[in-house]
Amino acid sequence: MQAPAQTSGSGLRLAIVLGLVALAAIVPILLPSWATLITLVAAKGVVVLGVIILLQAGQVSFGHAMYFAVGAYAVAFWGRHMGPGDLILYLLLGSAAATLFGAVIGLFVVRYREIFFGMLNLAFSMVLWSLLEKLYHYTNGADGIRVVRPTIAGIAFQPETFQYALLYVTLVIAVVASYVAQRYLDSPLGHMLRAIKSNETRLEYLGVSARRVLLIGYVLSAFLCGLGGALVAVAQQIATPEFGYWTKSGEFVFIAILGGSSSALGAFAGSAVFEIVRFYAAAKLANTWQLILGVVLIAIIMFAPNGLVGILNRNRRNAEARR
Amino acid sequence: MDSTIFILALLDGVSYAALVFLVSVGLSLIFSVLRIVNVAHGSLYAYGAYVAATLSLAVAPISPWLTFPALLVASVAVGVVVGGVMERFLLRPVYGREDVLQLLITFAVFMIMDNLQRLIWGVQPIFASTPLKLLPNVSVLGVSYTSYQVILLPAVALLTVLGLRYFLRHTLAGAVILAVTEDREAATAIGVDARRVFLVTFMIGASLAALGGALASPTTSLVPGMGADMIVLSFAVAATAGLGQIEGAAVTALMIGIARAFVIYLQPEFEVLVPYLIMVLVLLIRPMGLFGVDKVRKI
Repeated sequence: MQAPAQTSGSGLRLAIVLGLVALAAIVPILLPSWATLITLVAAKGVVVLGVIILLQAGQVSFGHAMYFAVGAYAVAFWGRHMGPGDLILYLLLGSAAATLFGAVIGLFVVRYREIFFGMLNLAFSMVLWSLLEKLYHYTNGADGIRVVRPTIAGIAFQPETFQYALLYVTLVIAVVASYVAQRYLDSPLGHMLRAIKSNETRLEYLGVSARRVLLIGYVLSAFLCGLGGALVAVAQQIATPEFGYWTKSGEFVFIAILGGSSSALGAFAGSAVFEIVRFYAAAKLANTWQLILGVVLIAIIMFAPNGLVGILNRNRRNAEARR
Repeated sequence: MDSTIFILALLDGVSYAALVFLVSVGLSLIFSVLRIVNVAHGSLYAYGAYVAATLSLAVAPISPWLTFPALLVASVAVGVVVGGVMERFLLRPVYGREDVLQLLITFAVFMIMDNLQRLIWGVQPIFASTPLKLLPNVSVLGVSYTSYQVILLPAVALLTVLGLRYFLRHTLAGAVILAVTEDREAATAIGVDARRVFLVTFMIGASLAALGGALASPTTSLVPGMGADMIVLSFAVAATAGLGQIEGAAVTALMIGIARAFVIYLQPEFEVLVPYLIMVLVLLIRPMGLFGVDKVRKI
């Protein structure tokens, strides 16, 4: 009985994902102002995927914005010192820099769990933030560095078409990243990662190095954050120290819980709600977006702890039960 | 570096440390009893400062000396009202749930409070320095400094250390709090109302953050973002000292405060870096903090 239900579930999920991607690709053609918004949603969703991977291991990082910032600044520094580049180069640079950072810092932080893990990540991210903020000669301080519009695969786009090209590239990356993240979490390595949350001692008894398992997850999450950071820097045409501030890290954890930290879809659902509320509340409701999102977050935690995806699943289960 | 600057940096550091200590000891207290890192702690600091400034601007025309009780009233009011509401209605429903959810509740409160703060007090800096100007300057080894900053602030911090110590070790209410911290179930079994302990502890911790803000309000301009900056700073102090360490937090606050003050005079651009660099280095070597005794689970 279990197997068919699962297939129909994953078939449905695939249909939902394809539908959402198609929607994200078509809506901006009708509503041009949404192109950048959806790009940001997808790019931040990729970042949140990284945060979700760590949440699967039961570890909350309040410092992952540092990898987001590393990705963004890698792009910005290249543009500043080497002149305009190509989007593909930018994405490689951003994700490679964040991966490298993640591997080095990961070596230290994977020795710790829970509050200590969170604290160390926060501490590292604040060191990075203060450097970005204060090394004015290299980083322009709080003003940030402008990111010049790159070519995409060698083609130079006009601003109007560039936003669409960037949107489609970002959507493709988001789909691929989700697939990879989901495959990783479903793989033996991913199951071991989850075992860190449920019973780390038992994992060690099996002869598995929990630290190594967590390090792999950590580096992958840093990679995704860097990739998302590079995309956001290109979409917003700037990298500022605020990208690496602790509130940004908090936002990413927020989005993960908002969407539901049990699946890749949650990252994008959460990101969509977050960005759209911010976009509209900032424009129409006299800058009350933080207030609104704070209330939404509290409501989600109190009444739907599995996030938006959890609500979706619950409705589906109820519908199936009624049938 | 000549001796005047040396003394100046030392005094800057001490007065700053006193404020940071008050905030971080509240954070530490809340964590050790409720096992929650209160991300909204910096907002309580900011509200303490804003409410105190509003109150003292209101009472200053009557008599400038009324500003001192105004600071105290503001911090207790913010601590009891905001802290009480937060614990009773937002945190109590999520005790026992996943850590990340408890943490995010306080993050949500931070977002809400930060936004409300801009709506209530605007984004223009607010100054309310009456209490600072009321007290005379003192001369410390030839350097003139406000007695508000070099005498009053450290005195309040010292009183807080001694008061908390006395309260926790030598009073029944303090013993009850320690009992709940040590073993909640056993404490409940002998008739302790753990929920009340949580509420009272949270109010005390929140009041300390607000007191830090209220006392800081005469010495600095109040701007949006002061809460967000303070929470990480106080967290750095609390974590470096070891969460739950009262005297340790005082020593660490002094260490970080003085180190920061010297860096301001020597290499001003690295001012914000100092606390976090110290935090990283200490946590890498002693994750339980300089004074912490908690065992860290390491595999």
